[in-house]
Amino acid sequence: MAPNGATSEAVPGEIALVVGRGTESLWTETWRRFRRHRLAIFGAFVLTLMVLAVLLGPFVYRVPINEIDFKAKLKAPTWTHPLGTDDLGQDVLARMLYGGRISLAVGVAAMLIGISVGTGVGAAAGQMGGAIDHTLMRITDLFLSLPQLPLLLLIVYLFRDALTKSLGPEAGVFILIVVVIGGFRWMPVARLVRAQFLSLREKEFVEAARGLGAAPLRQVVRHILPNALGPVIVAGTIDVAGAIIAESSLSFLGLGFPPDIPTWGRILFDAKDNLDFAPHWAIFPGTAIFLTVLSINYIGDGLRDALDPRKVLS
Amino acid sequence: MSRYLLRRLLIAIPVLAGISLVLFTILALAPGDPLGEAATNANVPPEIQARIREQFGLNDPLPIRYARWFTAMVKGDWGYSFVSRVDVGTLILQRLPTTLFVLGSAQLLGLLVALPIGVYSAMRPYSVFDQIATTFAFIGFSLPTFFTGILFILFFSIYLDWLPFIYRADISATGWRWYWEHARQAVMPVAVLGLFQGASLTRYIRSSVLEVIRLDYINTARAKGLSEKTTILKHVVRNALIPVVTLVALQIPAIFTGAVITEQIFRVPGIGSLLITSILANDTPVIMAITFVFSGLVVLFNLIADLLYGWLDPRISYR
Repeated sequence: MAPNGATSEAVPGEIALVVGRGTESLWTETWRRFRRHRLAIFGAFVLTLMVLAVLLGPFVYRVPINEIDFKAKLKAPTWTHPLGTDDLGQDVLARMLYGGRISLAVGVAAMLIGISVGTGVGAAAGQMGGAIDHTLMRITDLFLSLPQLPLLLLIVYLFRDALTKSLGPEAGVFILIVVVIGGFRWMPVARLVRAQFLSLREKEFVEAARGLGAAPLRQVVRHILPNALGPVIVAGTIDVAGAIIAESSLSFLGLGFPPDIPTWGRILFDAKDNLDFAPHWAIFPGTAIFLTVLSINYIGDGLRDALDPRKVLS
Repeated sequence: MSRYLLRRLLIAIPVLAGISLVLFTILALAPGDPLGEAATNANVPPEIQARIREQFGLNDPLPIRYARWFTAMVKGDWGYSFVSRVDVGTLILQRLPTTLFVLGSAQLLGLLVALPIGVYSAMRPYSVFDQIATTFAFIGFSLPTFFTGILFILFFSIYLDWLPFIYRADISATGWRWYWEHARQAVMPVAVLGLFQGASLTRYIRSSVLEVIRLDYINTARAKGLSEKTTILKHVVRNALIPVVTLVALQIPAIFTGAVITEQIFRVPGIGSLLITSILANDTPVIMAITFVFSGLVVLFNLIADLLYGWLDPRISYR
């Protein structure tokens, strides 16, 4: 992807120089528009806090996640345990900081898989057209009508043992969950990218590139893809939220990560049977999921406004 | 209309076949032997194992096995539960009405909430009402159902002690009391699911109405003296609902996701919670059958969405 952005990249040769001089880079412009979306800025702020807490928190807050202390079990928040303790007397804050890493990592990794597959399928369908396009789009439609959670559960159920055996419990479950969640999230991206390709492919600048003898691969990578990126970025952002919810749902049903990997959903699963005497145990991880998802959705909303070329910038 | 229906039905068959193909592929790729314990048990000699495999057609080529499995699935011949030794079909039929009741009421609630709010928001875009509604809608669909469920239980069952948080199918009361008890226990699951649906529906309806309301024929309707009510209901809403139906149809699989989670939180005895218990108990026939039923429901509801589509926009059914 060219750093100087799509507007100047789009026009090859000398014209690019002329056009490129007066316009500011796509990303500066995007940032300027994004800043005006107050809630998106709020979302970015909260999300940055979350990510920093999860990344640096365990180095600052050095309470072990699995120190069992029955004397302090199911305690409401105190100074020694800022977010209280669970039924084994383990510190909820420490567990949330550790588990949050996994929750966020699953979200980002699954999004990357979804985006890559989606872009690949969409680009192939849009560029090649004909029978390939038709087949790929039917497959996309088919995946869109699959009942996702039941299938996720089925796949996790069938493959978990084999994968944990060969890769170890942590890596095995992580890879399985990421691949499966990502594998069910690529379809909207594929449709988006295909639609972008269908319109961009006929645009003059691509025609010019073709006329100058650019090979199909170069046309796609250099000229079409960078211009199709905007909607993909928006979809990818929102996908992170979707993937986090999907992982939390799996863990909440007790079928995601094992108890020694306390992702936010997993903590909720353990907490849900003690709601009447330890509500804090469920409220904190639940709020963490909610705030993360809300922030990501707002960021996505802001990006959509910022990247939408139809919006006239004033 | 009937030709349109027939065409839609004919499209549904390959979709169902495709979904079942995905299901079967997952099953075929999964590690583990279909004979289960018998394959590793030293007391079962190899020649008997071979005979069992032969008898159940496990050595046949995959396409034949798929065809056989698919016909059995479609005929409702789903085998017996490993755990309860009950016919899987009966097990699911017992549970399905509850699921459909909760899902249906939730959809209805979602629509009842979203339609007026969405339309009113779009009629006065960027007004105070619109901004509040949009914010709530945003929060609503960012709140995962499992967390809303927990919050509802904490507030309505534990703090206020108004509603029961366990759904019971075996309520012994009769007459009006029976209905009352049922309504009371259904409130929370339906509300959790319905409000989640309602939140995203509100956004769809708002943006769709916004697109329609500035079109020329709406001006014409107003100019020829139609009342505001008729203009909005007959001309704006009906046309605005067409894209909404498409989006809802795309969302149907996600609705089932919410249903499974809600059923699990409130212990609603539907097929979603049955799926979870079966997975925890390694009850493969039930798991497969429920996944298949969910796929069938997706196809069925897509069909209903198509019919709605034909009703909202009669041009579609003549094409």
